[in-house]
Amino acid sequence: MDLNLSDEQKLLRESAERFVAESYDAAHRRKMANDPLGFSPDVWKQFAELGWLALPLPEEFGGLGGGPVEIGILMEAFGRGLVSEPYVATAVLGAALIARCGTTLQKQVSLPKVADGSLKLAFAHSERAARFDLAKVTTGANKTAQGWRLDGNKVAVLDGHAADEIIVSAHIHDHRGPSGRIGLFLVQATTPGVGISDYPRLGGGRACNIELCDAHLPEDALLGDGSDALPAIEWAVDRAMAALGAEAVGIMQTLLDTTLEYTKIRKQFGRPLSANQVIRHRLADMAMQVDEARSMALRAALKVDAAPIERARAASGAKAKIGKCARFVGEQSIQLHGGMGVTEELEVGAYFKRLVAFDTLFGGSAHHYARHAQLGRTA
Amino acid sequence: MDLSFNAEERAFQDEVRGFIAKNLTEEMKRATALTPSVFSDPDIGMAWQRALHAQGWGAPGWPVEYGGPDWTPAQRWIFETECARAGVPNVNVMGVKMVGPVIIGFGSPEQKNFYLPRILSGEDYWCQGYSEPGSGSDLSSLKTRAVRDGDDYIINGTKIWTTHAHHANRMFALVRTSDGPRQQDGISFILIDMKTPGITTRPILTIGGDHEVNQVFFDDVRVPVANRVGEEGKGWTYGKYLLEFERGSGIASAKLREGLKAIADLAESDLTGPAIDSSDIAARISEVEVDIDALEMTELRVLSALQTGQNPGAVSSILKLRNSEIRQAVTRLGADVIGHDALAVEPMRPLYKLNNEPAMPEEMLTVMPEYLNGRAYTIFGGTSEIQRDIIAKMMLGI
Repeated sequence: MDLNLSDEQKLLRESAERFVAESYDAAHRRKMANDPLGFSPDVWKQFAELGWLALPLPEEFGGLGGGPVEIGILMEAFGRGLVSEPYVATAVLGAALIARCGTTLQKQVSLPKVADGSLKLAFAHSERAARFDLAKVTTGANKTAQGWRLDGNKVAVLDGHAADEIIVSAHIHDHRGPSGRIGLFLVQATTPGVGISDYPRLGGGRACNIELCDAHLPEDALLGDGSDALPAIEWAVDRAMAALGAEAVGIMQTLLDTTLEYTKIRKQFGRPLSANQVIRHRLADMAMQVDEARSMALRAALKVDAAPIERARAASGAKAKIGKCARFVGEQSIQLHGGMGVTEELEVGAYFKRLVAFDTLFGGSAHHYARHAQLGRTA
Repeated sequence: MDLSFNAEERAFQDEVRGFIAKNLTEEMKRATALTPSVFSDPDIGMAWQRALHAQGWGAPGWPVEYGGPDWTPAQRWIFETECARAGVPNVNVMGVKMVGPVIIGFGSPEQKNFYLPRILSGEDYWCQGYSEPGSGSDLSSLKTRAVRDGDDYIINGTKIWTTHAHHANRMFALVRTSDGPRQQDGISFILIDMKTPGITTRPILTIGGDHEVNQVFFDDVRVPVANRVGEEGKGWTYGKYLLEFERGSGIASAKLREGLKAIADLAESDLTGPAIDSSDIAARISEVEVDIDALEMTELRVLSALQTGQNPGAVSSILKLRNSEIRQAVTRLGADVIGHDALAVEPMRPLYKLNNEPAMPEEMLTVMPEYLNGRAYTIFGGTSEIQRDIIAKMMLGI
């Protein structure tokens, strides 16, 4: 039992925090908010040079074999600066699905390119009618003579507009009809029949909806051997939620620091706001919730490779709890900044919106408490 | 980073489990489960203390030269967790965890030789004389006065919320020996024999129907000056030292988990419907479980820091605050889970010696008293409001 950072992990944290502090300022964030790509290709190149894209990938495919704790360290630093590069979509979700489900050849082709920054990925899974139920997929993949034909609609695809390849989930229909299995398909973004409509994402970055209409794919677009991918999808999303939880902790910490500073400087009735007990207690609650969120993100990370139910309960528990803390810390940060907190002139709102996006992604607190409870009864 | 215990620690865990299996009687277990107040009755608690002492585990937090077992923080964690899982009785924490560390830290050699072995063996039963009717959160405004008279102090005044004063043969108390420029000055830390003439104890019943706390009156009570711990007038420093122990013993999650498990078992039982078929109840159980997970991780983070000699900082206030809030959430959930049976009152105490047929199933007997008495969790040991003040000051610097 040891929850102290190793020397290497401390170095990673220092370099990530330094990078974010130096490269990500308010001017940069404002520029990115109005940028059609939503992030900077130069920064992405630096991520590759720093080894961060290789970090979570297996060593035999050009990666550094970093674990969920290392990903969490990076993500927390990203949260502090509201980094908008497609790190989760590519290095956490996409690469993890290829590493877990792909054939050796698929891994050899894709993963080194993720590591060197030349391949960006996205994961298109969610559908409107499914809400946050990962098992509900209506998109279909029909076996054809040449390969596969995909039809369906995907929503809220993180960074899909920037991806070179999109991993699409679909129910497999082979020559015998519906197989009952969900397959994952590597779809080139330029494939005819793939319609991508992207939009600015709440709190920075972009997302898209994808319409697949008679999209023909080669035989080897199917990741792996075509066995049911649902367990892998649940695993990958649990991993992503742990990573996003760490990012949320970074965001909350920045909001707490900023708000604390503001209450010390802002004077009303002849004294700083922080002299009032009602304000001091609010800030104490915020600090406490940031700390609880930090504990839960770490817990989810450390249980990413546990048995499925234990892992999923840790991930859902963390998602629910951190979401709840995030709403509180975010909303109170605005409240304590007064009228200015509601304006675009301060960055408090941008940080808050990223927290709301976090709470929404893959399902909010209510959904995850319910999933946690459901998994507890089946355990 | 690693959440699992190493081979040595797992072997220790087996040792603790073996000890508990051998020494925890069914009677102790049942009595503990049916105790709706914070502390076990002395007949149950002290039987367990004697068993611990025989094993050399009478005071887990003490240095080895005073009879502590020399455990690492991880071993203490394992011990506390296994004890909570098994449902062992509470020992007299006012002795082992409160006055013991103060005597070790600031007592004279004579005091150490006399008192410490008696705490370990369970021969002495301690109560804490801190709060007064006029001094709650503002503890250092206390007025109970000790006036020097030769080799004695003569004590006059009153203490309140004194847990188990009606069982205790000794009290450690904060008393005013002089008036300094600040109200924290002039307070002394003194050890009192409860059989001294002039001490009377008035029971106070709490809203759950339990007699756990008391008011204690001192009328010209003569206590030898030799019973003062440390320097005269420095009692506030020693008292604060003790409060840190009281708040930050730091291992509460295991007990919370067992408390929640008892409620979840009730929710899954036909006795309540089962209540868990309501999605609201199911989600609330998960919500509390997740809060316990978070507290446990914070405790483990503190433990990791301690293992490598780091100072975990002002986190003891966070632990106290969250522990008390979650305990209340567990009891609130319990009150909702039992449904109709929340209306029934069983006035007899102790519940484990009940002769008549209770108005509700035995599993539910403690639920409402725990909910009602449990309102005190966020009040004693420093109210939640005081803890928030401390967090703001110590962690946030405001």
